Amino acid sequence: MASKILIADDEQNIVISLEFLMKREGFDVSIAQDGQEAVEKIRAEKPDLVLLDVMMPKKSGFEVCQEVKADPALQSVRILMLTAKGRDTEVAKGLALGADAYMTKPFSTRELVERVRSMLAEG
Amino acid sequence: MLSAPLVVVISFAYLLLLFAVAYFGDRRADAGRSIIANPWTYALSMAVYCTAWTYFGSVGRAASGGVWFLPIYLGPTLAMTLAWVVILKMIRIAKTYRITSIADFIASRYGKSHLLGGLVTIITVVGIIPYIALQLKAISSGYAVLTGVHDQQFHPVTVTNWLQDSTLYVAVMLGIFTILFGARHLDATERHEGMVAAIAFESVVKLAAFLALGLFVTYGVYDGFGDIFGRVLENAELAGLLTLSGGGEAGYGGWFALTLLALLAVIVLPRQFQVAVVENVNEQHLRRAVWLFPLYLFLINIFVLPIAFGGLMHFGRGTVDPDTYVLSLPLSHEQHALALLAFVGGLSAATGMVIVETIAVSTMICNDLVMPLLLRTRRFSGSVQPDLTGLLLGIRRGAIVIVILLGYVYFRLAGEAHALVSIGLISFAAVAQFAPTMIGGMYWRGGTREGALAGLLAGFGVWAYTLMVPSVAKSGWIDPAVVEDGLFGIALLRPEELFGLTGLDNISHALFWSLAANIGFYVLVSLMRVPTGQEASQATLFVDVFKQERAAPSTFWRGSAEVRDLLPLVARFLGTAKTRLLFANYARARGLSGIEQLKADADLVHFAETQLAGAIGSASAHVMVSSVVQEEPLGLEEVMDILDEASQVRAYSHQLEQKSRELEAATEELRAANERLQELDRLKDDIMSSVTHELRTPLTSIRALSEMLLEDPKMALEDRMRFLGIVVSETERLTRLVNQVLDLAKIESGHAEWHNTDVDMRELVEHAVEATRQLFRDRGARLEVVLPDEPPRLLADHDRLLQVMLNLLSNAAKFVPKGEGRVRVTLSRDDDEIVVRVRDNGPGIAPEFMPYVFEKFRQGGDQRDRPQGTGLGLPISRQIIEHFGGRMWVESTAGEGATFAFALPLDYRPAESAAAAAMQ
Amino acid sequence: MRKGLAGQRLVAVFLCAVLLFNYPVLSLFDRPDPLFGLPTLHVFLFAVWAGVIAAIAWIVERGAR
Repeated sequence: MASKILIADDEQNIVISLEFLMKREGFDVSIAQDGQEAVEKIRAEKPDLVLLDVMMPKKSGFEVCQEVKADPALQSVRILMLTAKGRDTEVAKGLALGADAYMTKPFSTRELVERVRSMLAEG
Repeated sequence: MLSAPLVVVISFAYLLLLFAVAYFGDRRADAGRSIIANPWTYALSMAVYCTAWTYFGSVGRAASGGVWFLPIYLGPTLAMTLAWVVILKMIRIAKTYRITSIADFIASRYGKSHLLGGLVTIITVVGIIPYIALQLKAISSGYAVLTGVHDQQFHPVTVTNWLQDSTLYVAVMLGIFTILFGARHLDATERHEGMVAAIAFESVVKLAAFLALGLFVTYGVYDGFGDIFGRVLENAELAGLLTLSGGGEAGYGGWFALTLLALLAVIVLPRQFQVAVVENVNEQHLRRAVWLFPLYLFLINIFVLPIAFGGLMHFGRGTVDPDTYVLSLPLSHEQHALALLAFVGGLSAATGMVIVETIAVSTMICNDLVMPLLLRTRRFSGSVQPDLTGLLLGIRRGAIVIVILLGYVYFRLAGEAHALVSIGLISFAAVAQFAPTMIGGMYWRGGTREGALAGLLAGFGVWAYTLMVPSVAKSGWIDPAVVEDGLFGIALLRPEELFGLTGLDNISHALFWSLAANIGFYVLVSLMRVPTGQEASQATLFVDVFKQERAAPSTFWRGSAEVRDLLPLVARFLGTAKTRLLFANYARARGLSGIEQLKADADLVHFAETQLAGAIGSASAHVMVSSVVQEEPLGLEEVMDILDEASQVRAYSHQLEQKSRELEAATEELRAANERLQELDRLKDDIMSSVTHELRTPLTSIRALSEMLLEDPKMALEDRMRFLGIVVSETERLTRLVNQVLDLAKIESGHAEWHNTDVDMRELVEHAVEATRQLFRDRGARLEVVLPDEPPRLLADHDRLLQVMLNLLSNAAKFVPKGEGRVRVTLSRDDDEIVVRVRDNGPGIAPEFMPYVFEKFRQGGDQRDRPQGTGLGLPISRQIIEHFGGRMWVESTAGEGATFAFALPLDYRPAESAAAAAMQ
Repeated sequence: MRKGLAGQRLVAVFLCAVLLFNYPVLSLFDRPDPLFGLPTLHVFLFAVWAGVIAAIAWIVERGAR
């Protein structure tokens, strides 16, 4: 059975490209447009992995990450954070909050896919 | 009639009370809680001016001359109006250079001259000893009046046996008191707190006693002032006393002379110098004293005339000696207690004067007469000598005993002689001779040692010839022919009509000639040569004492010295422990850890000399210090050089101070600027971070889509077209972003180019509306435009304003609901500004978001529209509007649309055109 | 500056007092007929005296603040 992946990003065009990429790799893809929606969909769908943007309306990626990691029922959900802000502090903050991996935008599609696969394999 | 033992007991009890007050004052001073360190005590101690001569004598004088007793008090009142100017300067000079007597003051001013100090001391002794005798006489005759040892006219019957004379014992008590509280220990400042406390106490006693007597006579015996003066006015004989001429004497000239005499005396009398200058604790106390002391004089004189007239009317003219009215009036009314109180008042007036005057004179004798002589002998001029503090104290105490004994002896010998009776004013005239050299020395730099000597000698000589000689002659001690016919029978040399000058009373006459000779010789002889270096340097230190406060050389001295020589030298006169303490304090004040670190520079030499000056006088101190240091004598030229240097230093220090103030201000500015910079830095970081984010976001889509397109050549055409479309639009977004960031940076840094022309705002708005009409049409929005008939014009950059309008209109188009959008554009003109409003019916702006509307990268609205906006449109627009002196704002209620508006002032002149206008 | 002003005021009071306490102003009040039942000269001298003291007090105490 294909792994389930949730794409949470408010940038329409990024969502389009990630959705196409993940689908091409054979994953089951669902989409959230903001932080609130992302949390709801994670609880409802229990995806194997979330591609989580940091800068989102309503709830930031950090908040989403914190909520997910605090919920024992969602222990199996892997989180790969994506951010356009390249600062080290942001990376450190994301990892401290329990993100499993971190990638800076713009990313190489190949690397992203490899990272996603390796994370899913670990789980 | 009172019993003699009672009067004696009361008198000595009063003196013991004085001891107690003085003892208490000293204890408090030692404990650091001085009772004299307040302006009231200071002012009261100045009232030592009122002696027994005035206490008893004023009434006597009033009885014979009416208002003629007043100039003695009006003079001091006049002097005190100038005290805040003159006496303040004396205090500052005395404090700065540790001057402890008038002799020292004059000696120090004219080049630390032993000769001058000695001369001043001698004049003082000659002038003051009879005055002390007068006080003792007052006590003696007061005692006689009270105890009935007198004849019917209250003339005391002289006691022939000295040992039976209670006055001798009073004198002895006063000597003991003065030694105990005036020369108990050596002090560099020569201040005696206990003594001052006692003097202030005495002033209260004599004022209270005199007021009590005055109230008794005025309201007890008579029915108030009106009653007394009414009776006097009815009495033809007495009424004459109510006018100046009726008082006989010397007319308006004499009146002026007496006032001037008292004016000078209150400044230069040794006892006044002692209490007003030497014993001054705090310069600010003078502020209160300058009116309190005259007020005291005023109060103590209110009842003088009533008492005098009361006595005259009670006893009749020419019977009882008016000088005894103060005692005989209450006695004859059987008011014994009041008489006793009045006697105690007189006792306090006499003892106060004797004590202070003796201290002042003994200090002079010790420092300016005995010490210089001792220092001349070989024995004392070496540098390895034992402690001299004991010797110094011994001299001081010996001088006190001698002064008081001399006073007593003079009193016993002169007795009722004219030489004693008239001594009050004569004594004033003697000390008045110090005024020209003292006051001149404080304000005139040209005075020289010879000038001062000549002036003093001339003045003193004339005084002796015109006042002392007649007084002595009238006492029958020399041939009266000298007075009547002149010296050697030369009429022009008649002492009381010198050079044929008639029409003046003897005091005015003597005062005129002595002061004329004094000032004349002082000025003329001084002008005969330029001051020496030593004189010039001292002159500067005195005249410019208020300017010395900082950055001036404390001394004019050049040479070499050793601390190991200076310290023992000072210790010899002040004691080792005290000296080490003084030097240690000095070292600490200079930021050094101890005496060992002291360098024997000019300042230290000056410090040592100043400390010594307090104990042995400035002239002797100078001699002593010179004996251990190698001094290079300074010529006038060099002193002037130092002075120039000093004024340069002063100017330089002034500049430094200013610079330091400027530096402080600059530092403050820098700190503020730094804070601003840090704030800006933080903002810049935020903006960089935002810009980075805004750049990376479109790049993310572009890269991801491009990579997928590259990897998958078999991608469906539909997908391929869609992706390529996104890539293009994101590229456009990037381009826009880069352009706007650069644009904003240019505007903010002031490097933007502005092409100002005459802009027709109506045309501009229409243009913008036309350009965006398609946008609104696409969104199905209705656009309404309201324009004025008259086209408002202003000077601005047309393209920039168009940019603003397009930004506002495209924002509106972006936010209005699809299909039912309504946008209304209005252009209006107020008195002085043009206002443009763009109103939409979009979702409006949440209140919490309002403050951020114009901030960079703060976009509102629907994310799906994001690619079109960069988050920089509104910040740029606002910058443009503000560049033209206008303002931009937004009004909105969430859910009811928003109105973006800007206003531009009509009279705004862009910087370039303003500059151009100025050029023309 | 204030101290300088106080100094000038005191000098002015001094000059004024010298004027009032001497000829010829003094001669205006040097007359035998009484004023309010009191000797004219006496009243004048004490009044000026009190005035001078009040003026000094006002000047120096004011400057103290």
